[in-house]
Amino acid sequence: MSLSVRIIPCLDVDNGRVVKGINFKNLTDAGDPVEMAKIYNSEGADELTFLDISASSNQLPTTLEVVQKTAEQVFIPLTVGGGVRSVNDVDTLLRAGADKVSINTAAINRPQVIAEIAQRFGQQVLVLSVDAKRGNSKSGFEVTTHGGKVLANLDAIEWVKQACELGVGEILLNSMDADGTKAGFDLEMIKAVRAVTNVPLIASGGAGKLSDFEDALKAGANALLAASVFHFGSFKISDVKSYLSAKGYPMRTAVS
Amino acid sequence: MIAIFDYGSGNLRSALRAFESTGQQVVVTSDIQTLKSAQGLVIPGVGAFSACVTSLLKFKAGEIIQYRVDKQLPIFGICVGMQILFSDSQEGAPADKKAGIGIWPNQVVKLSNPILPHMGWNTVSAGSNSVLFNGLDQEQFYFVHSYAVVESAGKIASWSDYDQKFLAAVEDGTVVATQFHPEKSGRAGLKLISNWVASL
Repeated sequence: MSLSVRIIPCLDVDNGRVVKGINFKNLTDAGDPVEMAKIYNSEGADELTFLDISASSNQLPTTLEVVQKTAEQVFIPLTVGGGVRSVNDVDTLLRAGADKVSINTAAINRPQVIAEIAQRFGQQVLVLSVDAKRGNSKSGFEVTTHGGKVLANLDAIEWVKQACELGVGEILLNSMDADGTKAGFDLEMIKAVRAVTNVPLIASGGAGKLSDFEDALKAGANALLAASVFHFGSFKISDVKSYLSAKGYPMRTAVS
Repeated sequence: MIAIFDYGSGNLRSALRAFESTGQQVVVTSDIQTLKSAQGLVIPGVGAFSACVTSLLKFKAGEIIQYRVDKQLPIFGICVGMQILFSDSQEGAPADKKAGIGIWPNQVVKLSNPILPHMGWNTVSAGSNSVLFNGLDQEQFYFVHSYAVVESAGKIASWSDYDQKFLAAVEDGTVVATQFHPEKSGRAGLKLISNWVASL
């Protein structure tokens, strides 16, 4: 009897459609985020994360519609990110049915927004999404923006420390080096972040085989997020859960 | 009819949909008469203890809850909506401390596990003769909180464990409460909600 390791599929949404190739069968609309959310829910996802990656500066209305429709049909926690800039954005998303919001670039541009959101809604509502890669900063891990293409001139470990002091409830750590490689999570980066924070840590980027998930947990992750391996059908959520359960990790076995 | 107390706290849409899934009529409202007279009252809660108490009191929550307790009308508190039914909480700076409603005398305390918030799915051991957990003993529910009550309260206590045992749910006559979010706990959560609705 203890807290289960969370397995979180991530849906990257662009103009209301899920991107990153998908090979779900028997779907009327293969790229529909609401349909995919329902499938992942039925496959045992412990939470769902929507990241709106639309290039448009005003993506919130599309995101809201996706969140509203999902929240009416799927009764597990939904985290929504992409374009969240203010307390008002958070309020709008929560009212639409999001349970948590993730924040990234807006917090880098103006860290105080973290404290503003935490004061209004509590820190548990806020996930700090950190896109980091190896570099020349103090810790050797640097924060990036724009999908890893632009250096934010910010040390990743220092940034996590600062954000936690301001009041985030969770860290979503994306390795931009490992992302898409299927070569495993960046374990050193996970360890370095774990060492400076006491909030739950979600590892993301690099999952390729089942043992990679266990390695991330050993390095200090509390939850595991993946997109491609689930979208492409490399394995199912239940495969990850069975594997980790056999290794002794508490997993939620019931399917919603 | 079930009334969900709208006092400006968090996301009410999920709670609305989850309680509607039982087939009952559900309203989200801050109207005092509706909140007093509804067959069941749901008190949701997201955020900090003192902030929730402050908002609730603005909407006459003390009067509404006392009225319903006296008339033995059912109340269901969720997460911070459970915590505010206790006398007080360790959460928050002493300067803006607010007392809880005080149905149960215990204090809400900070959990001892170094990784907080306690976030995710955890198993609940149902108290014996629980109505809420009928058919749901040892099921997992979704928690998001850093504070909880670690002593028994009410007539039936159900427990979870995160480095230490804490109160996952209380049933005390017509007043029930869960520290977890049944509206976010998948099929198990919906079943728990329908158990409560069936008991009304």
